[in-house]
Amino acid sequence: MRYAAPTSVDEARSLLVDNPGSRVFAGATDLIPQIRAGLPQPSVMVDLKRIERLTSVAHDGGVWTVGAATPTADLTANPEFTAMFPGLSEASGLIGSDQIQNRSSWGGNLCNASPAADSVPALVAAGAQVVIATDNGTRTAPVREIVTGPGQTSLADGEFVIEFTLTDPPAGTSDAYLRIIPRTEMDIAVVGAAVRLSLEGDTITAASVWLGAVAPTIVQVAEAEAALVGSTLDNGLINEDTLATMAEAASAACNPINDKRGTIEYRRQVAGVITKRAAAIAADRALNGASR
Amino acid sequence: MTATENPPTYKWIGTRPIRHDGYDKVTGKARFAADLDLPGQLRGAYLRSPHAHARIVSIDTSAAEAMPGVKSVVTGADFPELAAKNPEHDVSVNVMARDTVLYHGHAVAAVAANTQEAAAAAAAAIVVEYEPLPALFTIDEAMAEGAPLVNETNFTKFVKSDEPSNLGTVTNLERGDVDEAFANADVVIEREFTTASVHQGYIEPHACVVDTGADGKASIWCSSQGHFRVRSSTAEVLGWDVSRIKVTPAEIGGGFGGKTTIYIEPVAVRLSEKAGRPVKIVMSREEVFRATGPAPASKVRARVAANKDGELIALDAWMAYNIGAFGGIAGLIGAMSVASYKFPNLRLEAYSVLTNRPKSAAYRSPSAPHAAFAIESVVDEIAQQLDIDPIELRLKNAAVEGDLTAMGMPHPRIGFIECLEAIRDSEHYRSPVPEGAARGIASGFWFNIGEQSSATVHLNEDGTATVITGSPDIGGSRASMALMAAETLGLDVTRITPLVADTESVGFTDTTEGSRTTFATGMAVVQACRELVDEMRARAATSMGVDLDAVEWVDGEAVAEGQDSMGIPAIAAQAKRTGGPLTATASLNASGAGPSFAVHCCDLEVDEETGHTKVLRYTAAQDAGTAIHPSYVEGQLQGGSVQGIGWALNEEYILNDDGSLDNASFLDYRIPVASDLPMIDTIIVEVPNPSHPYGVRGVGETGIVPPMATLANAISRATGVRLTSLPMSPPNVLRRLNER
Amino acid sequence: MNRTHVSCTVNGDEVDFLTADGTSLLDALRDELGLTGVKEGCGTGDCGACSVLIDGKLNCSCLVFAPEAEGTEILTVEGIAEGDHLHPLQQTFLEGAALQCGICTPGFLVAAKALLDHNPDPSETEIRYALAGNLCRCTGYDKIIRSVHEAAVQLREVAK
Repeated sequence: MRYAAPTSVDEARSLLVDNPGSRVFAGATDLIPQIRAGLPQPSVMVDLKRIERLTSVAHDGGVWTVGAATPTADLTANPEFTAMFPGLSEASGLIGSDQIQNRSSWGGNLCNASPAADSVPALVAAGAQVVIATDNGTRTAPVREIVTGPGQTSLADGEFVIEFTLTDPPAGTSDAYLRIIPRTEMDIAVVGAAVRLSLEGDTITAASVWLGAVAPTIVQVAEAEAALVGSTLDNGLINEDTLATMAEAASAACNPINDKRGTIEYRRQVAGVITKRAAAIAADRALNGASR
Repeated sequence: MTATENPPTYKWIGTRPIRHDGYDKVTGKARFAADLDLPGQLRGAYLRSPHAHARIVSIDTSAAEAMPGVKSVVTGADFPELAAKNPEHDVSVNVMARDTVLYHGHAVAAVAANTQEAAAAAAAAIVVEYEPLPALFTIDEAMAEGAPLVNETNFTKFVKSDEPSNLGTVTNLERGDVDEAFANADVVIEREFTTASVHQGYIEPHACVVDTGADGKASIWCSSQGHFRVRSSTAEVLGWDVSRIKVTPAEIGGGFGGKTTIYIEPVAVRLSEKAGRPVKIVMSREEVFRATGPAPASKVRARVAANKDGELIALDAWMAYNIGAFGGIAGLIGAMSVASYKFPNLRLEAYSVLTNRPKSAAYRSPSAPHAAFAIESVVDEIAQQLDIDPIELRLKNAAVEGDLTAMGMPHPRIGFIECLEAIRDSEHYRSPVPEGAARGIASGFWFNIGEQSSATVHLNEDGTATVITGSPDIGGSRASMALMAAETLGLDVTRITPLVADTESVGFTDTTEGSRTTFATGMAVVQACRELVDEMRARAATSMGVDLDAVEWVDGEAVAEGQDSMGIPAIAAQAKRTGGPLTATASLNASGAGPSFAVHCCDLEVDEETGHTKVLRYTAAQDAGTAIHPSYVEGQLQGGSVQGIGWALNEEYILNDDGSLDNASFLDYRIPVASDLPMIDTIIVEVPNPSHPYGVRGVGETGIVPPMATLANAISRATGVRLTSLPMSPPNVLRRLNER
Repeated sequence: MNRTHVSCTVNGDEVDFLTADGTSLLDALRDELGLTGVKEGCGTGDCGACSVLIDGKLNCSCLVFAPEAEGTEILTVEGIAEGDHLHPLQQTFLEGAALQCGICTPGFLVAAKALLDHNPDPSETEIRYALAGNLCRCTGYDKIIRSVHEAAVQLREVAK
């Protein structure tokens, strides 16, 4: 197995084209354990971290551009980003310990395509897009189109994600991400819930509710979104009926498995619980101007 | 904080010097087994069984032997057959399978090669033909009428039988009239408890470096709690005289009982012999989980009868321990661990049950946590039902000196009452239970052992002393040896160097287990130091020109009326003139190990929507007899408590249908992390053990016994639900809450 | 066999070594540079015993390919003391009995140093979460947390 550290997108592209069986990586925090567990070694490991574009964060003209190999610790430490996307920031910060955080990246978290990836529901709720290097140029796609199944992406051979783009949330908008894990840290999510809400006054005008770790890919809970949109906060709180509808919808939307991290019944039940809780936090943040 | 009765005043004992090996450990200099390298060494890798139970039809190692860099290959054929009744037979077969593999992960072959990668690739190239056999994984399966045999070479211990069995031991104890007591009781509570296998979880995987010479001898450096046992077990497995093997204990990165046996050393020796090169074997974390002993899973049915005033009049318990694919005595030890309450009427039926799972190994108070989880839970339910404070109920029934354990042994002086009082009077227990939280209490006991230890003390020319023992230091015991030596000699503890020496350089010493080190090895150190004091008095008498009787030893000095006193440096300086080097050795088989009782108190809250338990506050009180180095006594109490909390809340072996371990990593075998816990407050109770010169009781083990019931009792009071199955992980708790 | 030549700075010294590209930084530090203070507890990033600082950032060295070290500044436990002058963390760990077997201690010292370098006055909760990536099986974490807190106090005193 060879290691290569290109310094440009073009160089990376060539390496992938010229070396069948090669792979890109950023933090390798999933890849190295997978190779240890028996995954065939790539012919060339292409390190994306020396390409400046892949590790830069820029905020310009109402658009955030985040390099796909940017360590998530850089994002959570960015006060402007965290203020604008508190839920996405906390989701990103939950990908592992402080050691992992200096390596984990949106690109890795997305393209590893684990159903339990923490950043993905929140990225999709925030409407993130990716810029993908193709064999002769680039293309743009919504994040929600990338993961097609556990360990599977819609990227063609030789393609890799260059950067993520996000537009600033409109006024009165904020987000939250909660997850269920057995301990308080160091676990893979048993259920993850990302909620993004927009308020005009006390009325919810837009809602985005996405669950992770409860299906082969992330799940949009349309009925929960529908219940939220048009509802009015009462003393800053989402009303009980709406919360109950949301929780039921979240549980129903799950298509989970039994595994060493959770049972089907458990995932369904707590999916409802954390969807409610995440929505309450998002509403509180949106109301109290946490996003601006 | 210490609660103590009439403590003697010590000058050194009870102080908290920096441990002598500490500087190396905080600078990365300390050498653990995997840190050692020998020139020309090869690396070893294993081939392990993919079946939980199968006959090995054939093994073809030719492909492996032909691979570049491969220098030797071993299989079961490279080890002598031991008789089934040989005490090391099971260890020998566990080290390398013979004609049958007995659990998923059982060692089948091993390769030594120039690099780890080459060794692993070659091991994978070994071709093995298996004939799968029926495999059993649970207590129920293995105990069922007509169940197939897990291990054809296992015979139930202590009974005459020619028939192999799935039972390791069967224990029946009875006293009083249990049936009558139950018939007349005011309250009877009966519950069935189950626990899963849990691993000791030491952060350092097993490792050894072995060199063999043309003289037929082997040198072993290894991570072990007992290098004399490594020597004797390895020798037996190889069919060698013990004197052909020298074992040097490296620093050990955790053991907790899991490193009191051997796995890799005989394999490394054979690989080294065949290759004519040193061999280093380091287990991967995955191998540690798949193929080294966890603590047994268990099923315990406990029934307790009480009078309405809270007198516990009878205990009837059925206990079964799932000990993996080899014989063992976990059930017997479980029965021996029942000793906390007077129980005038008692019946215990205890089994060690074999299944096609890895050979279980000791884990801090082996078998006691399982029994205590059951009994302390039922006792708590009785307290709840009778509306009696749980500490008051225990005070009423607590065993005291003279009361009989379940095995019928009278307790010596013990400190259970004192521990209960310490918790009752603690700031924690006196403070109100926080809003939304609940409080649980439970107790624990471990009998502790004595066994054999040797110690040598040398007086150096400059008046410093070197204290040499054969007890691998798993938690700071060298500091305690130095403190006991300091106290006995009257010498500043910083002028004492405590060492752990290899099997050729110190007298025979039993394994660091059973909480015996500070007690028994300490006793040997004290005895050796007392002899040295007598020798120093004699030398001083010679130097002073007075009779020996005229010389007293006071505060590290020889004192005689009318003479200038002589301190240790002065005596050392005159050693040659007065008779030669000053040294003393003691070897003993220590008896009188004092049991250590513990009482724990926990405040916690349960998120009833998700099943999560948050431990808010935890206090552990335990009887140390005399705390030689209080910081390291506190450390044992805290470490045991947190292992117990992990066992209670999240740790478990999750098996696939084929008997392989689904969660063979620290990612999914979930031990507590720092953010899971509050501070663990400790109260050291000191009821000195009359059998030890300084009153020491071992403390290493008891700490893990109370936590599971402590938490289950608190969760019961928080939610109204009595959990009887471990772990009390969020999904398990939520399921029980749903059933409410 | 393809071996890459890596040049970097380790504990303040310029060093270089040859490595197979797939070798972890952990193995390269231990086997090529003799820095056996960096420990392998799991090899998969779950225990933190292999923690090092790379350009001041805390990492599990088992999850870094050795060639990635090119041009970086690495700190291991061996580099925390200044000569024979212990860092306050090392001193408080000793005085506070924050180690029993000591196998996790190097990782904790590096992680705690990373914490205090960025956050000189952490709360107990902040310390616990910052060190959640380091497993200890002996101590139950209590004395480790107290020792880190005490070192933070001492470092703030010195900074004044």
